[in-house]
Amino acid sequence: MADLIFIIPLAPLIGFIINGLIGKKLGENIVGFIGCFSIFISFIISILALWKVASTGEAINFSAGLGSWISSGGVEVSIGFKIDQLSAVMINIVSGIGFLIHVYSIGYMKGDEGVYKFFAYLNLFCFAMLILVMGDNILLLFLGWEGVGLCSYLLIGFWYKREDYADAGKKAFIVNRVGDFGFLLGIFLIIIYMGTLDFAGMQGWIDKHPSEVKNLVGSGVITIITLLLFVGATGKSAQIPLYTWLPDAMAGPTPVSALIHAATMVTAGVYMIGRLHFLFSLSDTTMFIILIVGAATALYSGTIGITQKDIKKVLAYSTVSQLGYMFMAMAVGAFSVGIFHLMTHAFFKALLFLSAGSVIIATHHEQDMDKMGGLSKRLPITYRAMFIGCLALSGVVPFISGFLSKDLILEKVFFGSLPAGKLFWIVGVMAAIFTAFYSFRLMGMTFWGKTKMSHEDYHHVKEPHKAMTGVLIVLAVLSLFGGLIGIPEILGGANNFHHFLTGKNKVFTEMVGETHHGALPYILMIISTSLGILFAFMAARLYSKDSSLPDKFSEKGVGKLLYTLSYNKYYVDEIYDIIFVRTIVNGSRILWKYIDVYIIDGAVNGIAYLFKRVGNLGRNLQTGNVNSYALSFIIGTIGVISFLIYYLIKSS
Amino acid sequence: MNFFTLESSIILGLILFAIGAYGVISRRNLLVVMMSLEIMFNAVNLILMAFTYFNFYEKGDQLGHYLVLLIITVAAAEAAVGLAILVTIFRNKKKIDTDDLSEMKG
Repeated sequence: MADLIFIIPLAPLIGFIINGLIGKKLGENIVGFIGCFSIFISFIISILALWKVASTGEAINFSAGLGSWISSGGVEVSIGFKIDQLSAVMINIVSGIGFLIHVYSIGYMKGDEGVYKFFAYLNLFCFAMLILVMGDNILLLFLGWEGVGLCSYLLIGFWYKREDYADAGKKAFIVNRVGDFGFLLGIFLIIIYMGTLDFAGMQGWIDKHPSEVKNLVGSGVITIITLLLFVGATGKSAQIPLYTWLPDAMAGPTPVSALIHAATMVTAGVYMIGRLHFLFSLSDTTMFIILIVGAATALYSGTIGITQKDIKKVLAYSTVSQLGYMFMAMAVGAFSVGIFHLMTHAFFKALLFLSAGSVIIATHHEQDMDKMGGLSKRLPITYRAMFIGCLALSGVVPFISGFLSKDLILEKVFFGSLPAGKLFWIVGVMAAIFTAFYSFRLMGMTFWGKTKMSHEDYHHVKEPHKAMTGVLIVLAVLSLFGGLIGIPEILGGANNFHHFLTGKNKVFTEMVGETHHGALPYILMIISTSLGILFAFMAARLYSKDSSLPDKFSEKGVGKLLYTLSYNKYYVDEIYDIIFVRTIVNGSRILWKYIDVYIIDGAVNGIAYLFKRVGNLGRNLQTGNVNSYALSFIIGTIGVISFLIYYLIKSS
Repeated sequence: MNFFTLESSIILGLILFAIGAYGVISRRNLLVVMMSLEIMFNAVNLILMAFTYFNFYEKGDQLGHYLVLLIITVAAAEAAVGLAILVTIFRNKKKIDTDDLSEMKG
């Protein structure tokens, strides 16, 4: 088994190479087949690996033959894969959801001239993400980390002929680079202080050097390292302040959005914190900052989500918000719960995006929800899939995946060891309310009520390709029942997921213990769920029954102010534009116009000018006349001889 | 009065050398320039001979003579090459004035 796991990242890489090199000649069907089949192989082996890890409780190590990668001074980095419980879960999410999205793409991208490129990029994306979650050292993680950044750029700007799409790709890449910079600094600090990049080595170092660790914690070095790493996570996982790329990433084809939001990329930050939890849990300050950022992001993006008109934008902001939840869970030390939410979120967010993609295809690339409505009759399968997705996302129906994981997070935050847990619980519940509201607003505007499309268009709407609806059904089942493996004890389950991650091999050492506080958890659960249900119903009524209430609210006074703020995303993009982009552009212009033109170019041209003038002086000597040469020769000789004579006389 | 002394030989040599040098610098005709060069050569040879004769000849040391013979031989070869160049220049340009031969002007 251990020697098979290298196939997991290798298969999509081979798919990428084949499709990338000769895909153009192969034709759409074969390209699609290669793309899906390669990731399917990964998925099969991932399942085997998961089964192996689950049955033996031991991590699978693989480093045979790959040897040392970097050897510099005391730092030794090898290329090695390690699949423990956490990685096993992640590779199954990545390859499983990734496979479904690949299959869906066959239908979605039908007829596009760049299909082969698309599948090549998708495969590369999965490859990078698999490297990220399988690597046994932080440098390999970083390799995958950069890889998904590159692929996100390629795929978001896939339809690069439209300039705003290409810009969105660039934005994603550049914003991610900002985060990566912090991440890289964190890695450097780890090398300096610990001298190893191995996850196991780092953990071993911490266990072996308690006094030095105590010093590092005391002097704040650990806090700085973890904060820098967290900066990287805010970039990749779209948290305040680096979240702005994610909503713009909607420019890419919808399967890409699904892939970025559900299976890959944005989960990288959460995974990284889970992977380095032993480091993060040393610094309370960092954990508290993560909690604040997570909670703020969850609430903040929820408030933006309720006013967006673009169906994909709503989902994008909901992703940002759900990632905030995951970070909250990580911050209070409930790592397995965060990963659990990551998994359920992968199911239902993939489902939601792919359903949205199906709606977009069916309505001929219409994304504005104001121009939809009443689609439930025309798109029954998509409608049901989307409905299940929204139920899971909003977490209002008990035992559906989103409910379980979200509620666990809220509970852990409430009972967590960090200060003001109860306050953050309230923030979390408010975010949950917003989530329920915009989920059902989306349902109402898209599927319920009277249609706002023209009669003819409406009757042209029909369910898309079978590959797409089939995937929706699979994902709907996963969203409905996927959470059942993690039912907590207080709801009568065994919480298998938690025990899987914290059990035998001790992937995680949780900072929050089991919570047995009598009736309190139930009361909290009932409060958050009933509030969620209330707002879900409200949204459903408001937006399906052609009510004018939301419009009236947003027309004047405070309502208008709030609506404008939220609809324009609090003008954060514009503020960033002024603070960062303009400053850099203007600063660069000054550097160009003055520093570069006058000083740099001036120096270069000045030196050339100087030589020209000196040369002009010198050329006067070159008369070309033999007589004058002879004259100067004689004068020179006389000069030298006179000097020698003078010298001889003087010295004798 | 005996003119055949070391001093008078050296003075004669210096005068010849100065004449030659003046010719090299001032004359435009390349042939005359070369002739002046020969004069300078022979001035040097004369001085060398004078030194050898007055200082070493009686001691049986004739190295200076050999050296002068060597210089004359090399000078003859050099003059042959120089004249050959001169002839070639004249064939190509139909003139041997140094003022007209200024391709090397910078």
